[in-house]
Amino acid sequence: MPSAVEKLVIIGGSAGSLPVLLDIVESLPAGFEAPVVIVLHRLKNVSSDMDKILADSQEHMHIREPEDKEPIRAGHIYLAPQNYHLLLEVEKTFSLDYSELVHFSRPSIDVSFESAARVFGKHLTAVLLSGANQDGAAGIEAVAAAGGTAIVQDPSSTDYPAMPTAAIQKTNDILILQPVDIVNYFKKGNS
Amino acid sequence: MNPKTDISANELAEIVSLIKHNYGYDFGDYARASLNRRIMRFMDTARIKNLYDLKYHLTNDKDIFSWFLQTVTVNVTEMFRDPVFYKALREKVLPKLASYPIIKIWHAGCSTGEEVFSMCILLHEAGLLDRARIYATDLNPANIEKAKTGIIPVRYMKDYTANYIQSGGTSDFSMYYTARYENAIIAKDLRRNVIFSQHNLVSDQVFNEFQLICCRNVLIYFNKELQNRIFHLFYDSLTPMGYMAIGMKESLLFTDMRHKFETVQSATKIYRRKT
Repeated sequence: MPSAVEKLVIIGGSAGSLPVLLDIVESLPAGFEAPVVIVLHRLKNVSSDMDKILADSQEHMHIREPEDKEPIRAGHIYLAPQNYHLLLEVEKTFSLDYSELVHFSRPSIDVSFESAARVFGKHLTAVLLSGANQDGAAGIEAVAAAGGTAIVQDPSSTDYPAMPTAAIQKTNDILILQPVDIVNYFKKGNS
Repeated sequence: MNPKTDISANELAEIVSLIKHNYGYDFGDYARASLNRRIMRFMDTARIKNLYDLKYHLTNDKDIFSWFLQTVTVNVTEMFRDPVFYKALREKVLPKLASYPIIKIWHAGCSTGEEVFSMCILLHEAGLLDRARIYATDLNPANIEKAKTGIIPVRYMKDYTANYIQSGGTSDFSMYYTARYENAIIAKDLRRNVIFSQHNLVSDQVFNEFQLICCRNVLIYFNKELQNRIFHLFYDSLTPMGYMAIGMKESLLFTDMRHKFETVQSATKIYRRKT
């Protein structure tokens, strides 16, 4: 049955985010407490092996694409399914949503971050990585406003700085970190 | 979205009760996170600044309410969405349905009809369209009106053609529609056995017996209790050994009906009523 999950880490990324994302996932230590939700822009209706790629880089945690109404559990890394928005419910379950694209994206990082902020408040850590559009900026704002920890990849370290830059312009209360520092942050068991 | 205008559980309950009382639609068992987001999206597009104004407009203006209904219920759909699902229908389901003299299919929550038209094409290609009766229903009368026209923006046809081919389609997809200016009209002959009508999964009952029910990406908007109720409704609306298809990321696992169905194909979420 669903454990009483207290904390959550959510990571959003688009173009250029994969290498950093894989480094983070690979470095998550055994016994990492918080479930991790990953929202990645991907092509729709094209089969993707992203879950397998992630699984290959992490040995301690289970990796899966959640189904609708699935409980959020510790020890798991969840990947937002292609072509759905991923939302979180107060009873610590996932809901999927097939409504219109947000910033040309489904899954949208904004949608997941905002809904995670509502449920986990100050117990949420959100990370926004490289990307070429504006998705995630409003999400980071919602995370910070709800008292969560908002981390944005330093735009100078990205191939596509637009996404982190948009978030930094919108919100003050955030940590701007180099990839290696993001990796170390979680490596130490922070969440 | 502005975090300051977030809707509390109490405020949401007030809006839900107002709508139920004034218009008879019950959103009480909708999944919270997405309903919240839809309402905030409506307030954003309608430039309604606070919940007081929202309640005022919903109470006093029927046109605002139909706009609200249109925004809050999700009306996004696609032809041949998830081509692997349609491939499975072609290979695993339609050959079985071919044994019935009349094939009755229910598309529940059909939105503007794109999946219904896809089904018509499959039935046509399997030589079964003449014997098929397709009941396509949606909660939202505006969707039903649009679906009846058979009109789809032509700009989507490139994607739909690709989906069709991936689903195993071998005909020339363009022969199924006529394009004029920005729109495509699905051939009338393909739609001849479709009956579009309004039906509310939340409040309406069994109205016929079917060999196949398609309800893809509709139940995701409901909470577990309502999902459970609707799985009962579907069970009661199916003939023994009738098929049920839900969205690729939807699940029977979290309902008490999981033992009443067998899995035909787990990846595409096609189930079959036992006995």
